[in-house]
Order: sequence, then structure tokens, then C-alpha cells
Amino acid sequence: MAGKAAAVALEGVALRYGPFTAIEFISFDVPQGQFVALVGPTGCGKSSVLNLVAGLVGPSEGEVTTAGRPVTTVNRECAYMFQADALLPWKSALDNVALGPNLRGTSRPGALRLAREWLVRVGLRGFEDRYPHQLSGGQRKRVAMAQALINRLPILLMDEPFSALDAQTRALMEQELLTLWQEQEATVLFVTHDLEEAIALADRVVLFTAGPKAALKGDYAVELPRPRNVVEARFTPGFNDIYEQVWNDLRSEVIASYERQRA
Amino acid sequence: MRRRYLILAIQLVILVGVVLIWELGSRQPTDEEHFLVDPFIWSRPSRIFARVLEWLQDGIILNNVFITLYEALMSFVLGTAAGIAAGFILGRSDFWARVLNPYIQVVNALPRLVFTPIFFLIFGLDANSKIALGFSLVFFIVFFNAFQGVREVDRNVFNNARMLGAGERQMAWHVLLPSALSWILTSLHTSVGFAMVGAVVGEYLGSSRGLGHIIAQSEGNLDATGVWAGLAVLSVVVVMVELLVTQLERRLVRWKPQPAGDLLAA
Repeated sequence: MAGKAAAVALEGVALRYGPFTAIEFISFDVPQGQFVALVGPTGCGKSSVLNLVAGLVGPSEGEVTTAGRPVTTVNRECAYMFQADALLPWKSALDNVALGPNLRGTSRPGALRLAREWLVRVGLRGFEDRYPHQLSGGQRKRVAMAQALINRLPILLMDEPFSALDAQTRALMEQELLTLWQEQEATVLFVTHDLEEAIALADRVVLFTAGPKAALKGDYAVELPRPRNVVEARFTPGFNDIYEQVWNDLRSEVIASYERQRA
Repeated sequence: MRRRYLILAIQLVILVGVVLIWELGSRQPTDEEHFLVDPFIWSRPSRIFARVLEWLQDGIILNNVFITLYEALMSFVLGTAAGIAAGFILGRSDFWARVLNPYIQVVNALPRLVFTPIFFLIFGLDANSKIALGFSLVFFIVFFNAFQGVREVDRNVFNNARMLGAGERQMAWHVLLPSALSWILTSLHTSVGFAMVGAVVGEYLGSSRGLGHIIAQSEGNLDATGVWAGLAVLSVVVVMVELLVTQLERRLVRWKPQPAGDLLAA
């Protein structure tokens, strides 16, 4: 990794809320353009890692850098797709997507033109004037995806973006994400608790131990060919080997997490 | 559909029934001097109706209605503007919200009508003192709602806007203001109602014009018919204002999901 700085780097990062330790000394680097899936049992601090990279929270110890620069405030290099609905309910689909370019100084007509293109790209032609409550859950996620990708930022953070969707819609959205990602060459940090989704999408799976005091448990390369079809990828040789390998490590953490919650 | 007509029919029966009992009761003597419904207090629907017609013919009533509406409108507009501004500033500054909290609580807990004499002293008996009274009522409703709206803005929406690149001012315009507005709009009916209360009660307590004045004057002359006629005109005005507010509300909150069972739509 010498010479060129990693797109995202965490150096001995810990995150504490008072006496509660969410994350304990995590270090890892993500090279530019890599698609990394962060996997672990619930409450293991995966989302906290995204918030740290986004600059929404600061580390209690250690340092987070993107492209070699330390993250001290809201990170303007990052697009963030949240788990919960985060569209502005008082703006139409079009205005929601146009918001990013608008806020970053594109003229309003320019932003609207760009937003129209993006709505078409995520398959929502004709839905420009709908308000979020008039869209289905899947359509809202499409708007959110367009909203996150339209700024073409070098880093894309995604926090279980598709977990609320039904299986078919989900596979469709995953495929669209891969297509759009390959166009943009962004570095992706994708949080999920679904191991299949992680392997089908990512170049690399990073496994977290059960929280609190979450740490890294394992780091696996996913060497499936690209471009990938997310549905077919699950049937390609090699998929099962990786799945088994990660699952063996994940299982003990899931049990640990479950028992800690029961205690 | 059938149910809807049934409801309408029963509503009509209630109206006609009450008016009929009122009218006949006031004509039905129980002994030498007394009636079943005392017309000295309750007047009589036919007399009240005749009085309203009389007022409409000589045109004075419309002038008075406009005065009252003017006062209500001004106190609503000024109270809302000031309430939004104050709610916004304190909603964004935890420090000042804490500093001013006891004073706001005290003033809000006081029945604002007790300020009326002071408003009369400051603004005289003209429209301005009524506007001040209405303002003091509207301001707090809007203020608390704007404050809440700014405080309780959805964290995900807030963070999303931050990540998309919103600075402090852009955040205010794109996120905080719309969030506060949705809270304020839910209290629109209440604040408009209070603006009317400010105007009418202010006039009632001291003025030379307006609906409240007409009612007060009739009361002074022991003229129950005048009081009831004033109330009748006031109810018509209030219902019309309510309808306007509902229209306004519909336009402004198009982005909100409509509640499943809208009581007013029945």
C-alpha cells in the first residue's frame, strides 16, 4: 500500500459512548475502487464504521482517513445510503434526487436535468412528481440510490440499504447497484447481515466480532469473476467455498451475540 | 352513501328540532308572566333572524365583520411570523432555549386575556390592541410547534441532507423549515381560532367597532336578540374562515399522506 494512499483507512480506531465501547481498536485499509462488504452479527458496530468514515461521529481513539486526509468533520467525499428512509418527505422524487447537485452548487436547471436522467437510470421515469409517501418501499430505495449516486463521489457508504425489500426487488436493486458502481469506479463500504448478499456483491468480505467491543474477526477475498450477475453468482463454483469459510467464523459470533443478549 | 344521507338527515332533524322548540317554547306561556323558554334571555329565532336581516339591509354589519376579520388576520400573520422566527432560533440554540425556558413557561401559563388592559393602555381602543391580544395568543401556539418541529426533525433525514452537502443555511431552508411547517400546519386551525378569539374578545372588552362590540353593546341594552344575532353572524364567519383554512392546509401539505378517515370530509 506504499506510495498511493488507501481510499479509506482506519488506524487503531475505537469508539466509546461513555462506559460503553462500541468498537475496540479496528484497523483496515480499502484500496480505491474496491467493493467491501462489512458483515457481522447485529449490534457489532458495522454501522458505526460507516458513520466514522462519513464523519458523522468522531473516533474516541485512532484515526480515520480517506484518500490520505484525516476525517474531522462531515466527509464531503462520501455518499451515504441509509438503512431507514431518509428521503425528504416534503420534496418530490425529482427534487430529492436534484438536492445533492443543488446543494453542491449546480444551477437549479442543471440539477433538475441531471436528476431526470438519474430517475430514468434507476427505472423511475414518470415518477418525477411523486412524493415519497406515494412511492412503494422499493421505489423509495431507487430514489435514495439515485440521490446517493448522482453526486459521483469517490466513496459510497451503504447501510443495509436493501434489507427491507422483498427478495425479487432486492435482487434487481443489487444488480442495478453493481452496474452503476462499475460505471463510477467508486469505493464501496456495504454493511449487511446477509452473507449471501455480501459475497454476491463484494470483492472482499470483512467480518466483525459480536459487539460490544467489536473487533475484526476475519477478512476474505471474493474472487468471483466480474461483471457479475447477482443471482447467478450464487451458483458459480467458488461461491460456496467462500460462504462456508466465512460462515464457520460467523456462526460462533452469532451464537456469542445471542448468548450475550440473553444473559 | 346511504349512511351519508342518513347522517345528513339526522343533522337536519336536530337543527330544525332545536329551532322549533326554541321558537314555540318562547311563545308558550306557563303562567301570567312566564314562558317555557324565557324570551328575555333566549330571545326567539324569528326575531333573531329578522334582526340579522335588518343589519344586512342597513349594511353596518358587514363593516363590523370586516373589522373583526382584519384584526384576526393581522394577529394571525404577525403571530405566526414571530412564532416561527422565535421557534427557529431557540430550536437551533439549546443554550438560549434553556435560558429563556422559565420565562416562556410563565407567560404561556398566564391566561393572556389578563394582558388586555395593558394592550388597551399601550395601543388604545382601536384595532391595534385587538391585534396585540390575538398576537399574544397565536404566537405561543406557533412558537411551540415550530420549536418542536425544529427539535424533532428526523435524524436520518437530517444526516442524509448533511451527507448530500447541506451547510447550515441550506439545512434551515431544505430541512428545518419544512419540518417545522408541518408541525405548524397541524396547529393551523387552533391558531386561526385563537386569532378570532383575540379579535372578538378584545372588541367585547372595549372598542367602538367589530362583532364583539355589537355583542357587548346589545348586552348593555339588555337586548338578547342583538346578542344572539351577533353570535349567529359570528358563527357564519367562523365557519367560512374554517373552510378557507382547510383549503389552505390541503394545498400546503400535499406531500403528506392523507389520513384514512377524514372527519371533516363526511
